[in-house]
Amino acid sequence: MDIEIRNGRLIDPKHGVDRTASLFISAGKVVAIGDAPPRWQARRVIDASGLVVCPGLIDVSARLREPGFEYKATLESEMEAAVAGGVTSLACPPDTDPPLDEPGLVEMLKHRARSLNRAHVYPVGALTVGLKGDTITEMGELADAGCIAFSQADAPMSDTQVLWRAMQYAATFGYRVWLRPQDAHLSRGGVAHDGEVATRLGLAAVPPWAETIAIDTIVELARATGAQVHIARLSTHDGVVRVRDAKRSGLAVTCDVAANHVHLADTDIGWFNAQCHLVPPLRSGRDRDSLRAGLADGTIDVICSDHTPVDDDAKQLPFAESEPGATGLELLLPLTLKWAVEAKVGLPVALSRITADPARILGIDAGHLAIGAAADVCIFDPAAWWTVEPRSLRSQGKNTPFLGLEMAGKVRFTLVSGHVVHES
Amino acid sequence: MAPTSGLPDAEATLAALAERMRCAVAIDAKLVGIYSGGAWLADRLAELLSGEHPVGYIDVSFYRDDYATKGLRAKVETTALPFDIGGARIVLVDDVLYTGRSVRAAINELFDYGRPESIELAVLIDRGGRELPIEATYVGARVAVARDLSVVLNRQPDARLELSVEPAGSAPRD
Amino acid sequence: MTNPQLNERGELTHLLTLEGLPEEVIRRILDTAVPFVSIAERDVKKVPLLRGKAVFNLFFESSTRTRTTFEIAAKRLSADVINLNIGVSSTSKGETLLDTIDNLVAMNADMFVVRHAQSGAPHLIAQHLSRTDRRHIHVINAGDGRHAHPTQGLLDLFTIRHYKKDFRGLTVAIVGDLLHSRVARSLIHGLTTLGTPEVRAIGPQTLLPAALESLGVRVFHDMASGVRGADVVVMLRLQSERMKGSLLPSAGEFFKHYGLTAEKLALAKPDAIVMHPGPMNRGVEIESAVADGEHSVILPQVTFGIAVRMAVMSILAGTS
Repeated sequence: MDIEIRNGRLIDPKHGVDRTASLFISAGKVVAIGDAPPRWQARRVIDASGLVVCPGLIDVSARLREPGFEYKATLESEMEAAVAGGVTSLACPPDTDPPLDEPGLVEMLKHRARSLNRAHVYPVGALTVGLKGDTITEMGELADAGCIAFSQADAPMSDTQVLWRAMQYAATFGYRVWLRPQDAHLSRGGVAHDGEVATRLGLAAVPPWAETIAIDTIVELARATGAQVHIARLSTHDGVVRVRDAKRSGLAVTCDVAANHVHLADTDIGWFNAQCHLVPPLRSGRDRDSLRAGLADGTIDVICSDHTPVDDDAKQLPFAESEPGATGLELLLPLTLKWAVEAKVGLPVALSRITADPARILGIDAGHLAIGAAADVCIFDPAAWWTVEPRSLRSQGKNTPFLGLEMAGKVRFTLVSGHVVHES
Repeated sequence: MAPTSGLPDAEATLAALAERMRCAVAIDAKLVGIYSGGAWLADRLAELLSGEHPVGYIDVSFYRDDYATKGLRAKVETTALPFDIGGARIVLVDDVLYTGRSVRAAINELFDYGRPESIELAVLIDRGGRELPIEATYVGARVAVARDLSVVLNRQPDARLELSVEPAGSAPRD
Repeated sequence: MTNPQLNERGELTHLLTLEGLPEEVIRRILDTAVPFVSIAERDVKKVPLLRGKAVFNLFFESSTRTRTTFEIAAKRLSADVINLNIGVSSTSKGETLLDTIDNLVAMNADMFVVRHAQSGAPHLIAQHLSRTDRRHIHVINAGDGRHAHPTQGLLDLFTIRHYKKDFRGLTVAIVGDLLHSRVARSLIHGLTTLGTPEVRAIGPQTLLPAALESLGVRVFHDMASGVRGADVVVMLRLQSERMKGSLLPSAGEFFKHYGLTAEKLALAKPDAIVMHPGPMNRGVEIESAVADGEHSVILPQVTFGIAVRMAVMSILAGTS
């Protein structure tokens, strides 16, 4: 279908584009920018005046809950949530039930996702069988089935010998390894950052060195093996410092931060608000400020949603017993915009963190709108305010610390491969 | 009949009350003053009456019938009865007798300390308006006061007692 | 952030923690407890305040001592008391915490006294009750995880006030496992709110939580220095059942460094009082000579505990 997106503020961070221009789409690809191609006849014209037109958002971590957790959410609902949030490509972690350690499961997931014709799904395969941290998986078979990286999700991996060998193996074939920097023993039993808030509330704590010691281990092993490593979900000031140092020393490591951690600190837990029970935990204001600085200077490459739908019952429990996680696909854009406004970072830089940069992490040709690129587009109104409430969210997970609050940034249209898959 | 000028002088009324009680109270009567006004009066009466009359004090906060609507009083004093209630001849002392509810509470509370031989009631002011079948044995003065006003006994720094009227706020109607 | 314990008129409607309670509210509870102490000394120990009210003791973590004192307090107020020992986690019975609450509300509960192994459980319950139309039901926290034990904090404050009168000149030392102690946290909040100038925590690094100074506490690892000049010494129970992993090598080693002996007590003020929330581990936190000695006010704490709980219940039940 020939679609013209007319007169929007076109922002393509990868190519440094930020101007009012029309975008022309045909046969699922971008065919022209600015002026219409010869003999152009649009089947549909979208008036984007006053709106921002950017590459479809890419979320490096979104749990779709299939297979195995269908009572929490389904592929249908979460894919609706993705495109409603302007997300056209997402990577899902391997902690499904069963975990994504078999090619058959990966193929089934990809097939299911494709048949829904919503966002592109890039599964992350399990690094070890069953995520148990003992035996490495058949990464070759999993890569053939469609896995773009391998990780342990949040499952602890205390055997550093296995981790070393897994990274060596992945490095041999150029497979990416995504690792949560969380020392299994130091973080055991903890549910909140080890500081004043956890002490006042009497919550078992996770000290910051549970993250920094793990980063040190990961960085050393990355240096030793040459594996392409992505550090997932930074939460500490010292963690940001270590990644910055590692990058400066020439190591090709990347990292991300979850959108909630860009804005919230442990004080937001208030009187035991389980919506703020997250992994990694929300840390101090100082940590949060360092995360924001790291995002601005590029030490942190990417913002992700870490989308984790949790049913109501699992949150209506005393804090430590509640299930951690927050829904996030529909909040990725407004939270990124909020950061951009508060940190006085321009829109192109902010949008880069959720388009071009995640594409680089995933190793896919996406997150940009050059001529010939796949027409995955997000069209949004940066000035439209909406209230975060259960009925305004398409995800089955209504669990977010931002419930009841107003956000700026509403997606008006989402296109995947040149098809309008969402409009509001 | 509202204005303060209509209220009798507290000291004079106390003298009159003591006069009425002097020949009538039992020799072994024990005075129990209801906080705070009744407590002050009980102390004064102990001096004014002839003979030895031990004094105790009672706080009725835990026996009031308006707890459900008004909650617990902000300031609760401690009931202090330095003698056996069982078999005793008690004279309950209060400053203002109005609905009779405070006295009902005081009687209930006294019975939780023991079974007295008898209870008499001495009040400085009876302003009528009874909601329970309770009458004072000894009255200092009778006064008519509008329903929207409270009669209050105050003690000055020099220990002089004074009566005044105030708008009836959340102060309990005794 | 609104205080979930106070209603729109600023009146106490739940007692969940001493943290954030205005000074006047704490003082009122202590003042109201005084007449209840003398009620306990007469033959008829009851007053009719809570007649017709149903108090449900909801103990998800078993404790005969605390439950008994709450039961006695409620009965002395003429309330009907129902004891529910849910024992281990309610989820083991398949029913969520809030489902259990809903069922009990349907049985016309007026007040819940809740003890739970998880910090924040009473807050969750109070929030749940206020969200639905059940604001007249009051929640008292009888101890939640490591977080708070406000009635214990109040009875400790009452005890200190009884013997020492004014908080403003006092040095109070709290000794032992503060990391796991809800008693310590509540006492610290109460003491600082009432203007205690010097509150000390004494223990090994492994048993002291992070950022204690932010609560207004001076940290000591050496007991002799910590106890020197103290007016009040509070010994915490060494909770072996709560310790996971490698926090202490043995009870004997704890006693060597942090046990309260007559020698160590001699470093405190000559009229210092010794307190313990109970139950005591003799020879671990405290030697018998001190526990039974003239400085010990451990038994009066228990009596005061009933009066303080009666005060809390009568203030709450009187709030509409």
